[in-house]
Amino acid sequence: MFRFVTVRLLQGLLVLLAIYAVTFFLVAATPGSPFSTERAIRPEILAQIEAFYGYDKPVGERFVTSVSNALRGEFGPSAVYANRSVTDIIAESFPVSLKLGSLALGLALALGIPVGIIAAVRQNSWLDYVPMSVSMAGICLPTFVMGPLLALIFGLIFELLPVAGWFGPEYVILPALTLGLYYAAYFARLTRGGMLEMLNQDWVRTARAKGVSESTIVWKHCLKGGLIPAITFLGPALAGIISGSFVVETIFQIPGLGQWFVKGALNRDDFLILGLTVLFAALIVVMNLLVDIVQVALNPRLKYE
Amino acid sequence: MSDHSETAVLADEPVPPPIEANEIAAEELEEGSSLWRDAWHRLKRNRLAVSSLFIFIFIALFCVVGPWLSPYDSQTQDLFLGAVGPSADHWFGTDTLGRDLMVRVMEGGRISLLVGLVATLVALLIGVMYGATAGYLGGKVDSAMMRFVDLLYALPFTIFVILLMVAFGRSLWLIFVAIGCIEWLTTARIVRSGVISLKKQEFVEAANSLGFSHMRIIVRHLIPNVLGPVIVVATLTVPAVMLLEAFLSFLGLGIQPPNASWGVLINEGQQNMEIFPWMLIFPAFFFALTLFCLNFLGDGLRDALDPKSAKD
Repeated sequence: MFRFVTVRLLQGLLVLLAIYAVTFFLVAATPGSPFSTERAIRPEILAQIEAFYGYDKPVGERFVTSVSNALRGEFGPSAVYANRSVTDIIAESFPVSLKLGSLALGLALALGIPVGIIAAVRQNSWLDYVPMSVSMAGICLPTFVMGPLLALIFGLIFELLPVAGWFGPEYVILPALTLGLYYAAYFARLTRGGMLEMLNQDWVRTARAKGVSESTIVWKHCLKGGLIPAITFLGPALAGIISGSFVVETIFQIPGLGQWFVKGALNRDDFLILGLTVLFAALIVVMNLLVDIVQVALNPRLKYE
Repeated sequence: MSDHSETAVLADEPVPPPIEANEIAAEELEEGSSLWRDAWHRLKRNRLAVSSLFIFIFIALFCVVGPWLSPYDSQTQDLFLGAVGPSADHWFGTDTLGRDLMVRVMEGGRISLLVGLVATLVALLIGVMYGATAGYLGGKVDSAMMRFVDLLYALPFTIFVILLMVAFGRSLWLIFVAIGCIEWLTTARIVRSGVISLKKQEFVEAANSLGFSHMRIIVRHLIPNVLGPVIVVATLTVPAVMLLEAFLSFLGLGIQPPNASWGVLINEGQQNMEIFPWMLIFPAFFFALTLFCLNFLGDGLRDALDPKSAKD
């Protein structure tokens, strides 16, 4: 196990470095510069600005400096928002996104997995059909449709919840629902599939024949294996929640990281883009590592592959 | 690619039965029915999938043919009219510039469906070739190639697509390629496992002993045999691709005005939903319905082409 984790950690670091390099050179290859404005700047001042941000050096040298800075946790100043460093922006907005994202993921798991288990255990009853049809509808309503619809229904028609801003706990509900319901639907379907596969195994029939109670079969024998598909999906789900936050934070006007990323990309704020990309990638890499570990714990056969 | 002389000489050679022998049980063969006809029968019995298919065809016709039948043009503005709700003149209402929303939904659908189809084709092309090569070659090449796919699975792709769109302008072609380049991973995995299970079979050995090139064996003998699962993945990739395009367009990074896809229309509708809710409701309805149909159709096809999974 220790070796497995170390290897995966090293791989994760390599992946992060690769992502950093790809992003860096992609941004560097983009036409235009972060310092171009509508007002004409005198060339000597532009040269000074470029020198301040290190843009007078060749790309290769900039890359090396940038990586070594990033390794020390320094992502540099924001190229567009004067006097703010990327670290400042992250420190300010990350808690907001973290709260939103973890609530959404928590909701997705807390809702999706029980529904999936029940649907599998009561297969072909209304407890199966109704939730599965609803979840199919949930999968077909992407965040940018679900968000406005929820806002329209609960915010504007029934006036129960605020539709924009980030001030108190009631402001979290609609965005977290918007982000979470889609993945709840996914987790429900995956859990149902995984549980059904377990419940149809021959050894379950044997256990039933021997008189093992249904609840022991479900909880003790099938749950572990049945959850594997859902757990495998955790990594993609986190990646999806991160990119979903770009949309949700725009719809509900939440001061989180997602909208900074879109703004940064549109404004060519090179340092901000790099910093955020690495942060998102690191989150996903760590999540995938955790998923791998949990998977091996649930299914020891994987260790030997 | 195999050279022409070989193809010409061997054109009359018996080609191994392409599909039947591998996937379906013997008793079904006795009835003289092929995998595809069998699958079609099973699909016809799945009412949900059939109605999804019909609704999808209807939506596609509505979008493709509709603009020619409509008296309105999607670009003509009527600023005096502005945004009005659904009426006898404008069935879906108009947008803030007085443009007929029904035509805009139809033309938006054309673009969304086009992106869905073309980007899926790109993804399939890459995925099938990559997966078949990895599976056929096997060994170290295979594990290196699939390790690469695993790595790509872990990457935050939407971030790269956003950067790509910002960096290289927002053209339709870039959307095709960018989305196609990230949606091929699942296809590659499925084709690879299919090819691995097939490549030890006699007909591949026969093709080998007849001196066919590896390329020809992969393209002519192995790939046709894994088309079933590939079609299923393709049906499920189309909605995923459309979702991604709509996501980009929603953020203002996809299709650019005056063109519109459903994602663009949903974005415009979302900005105006408090006053002009129909601007959100109609494009959102068509978009969601299309995804719904394609997902059910994909599920139905999977059950039809892979009877084993249909039992649960």
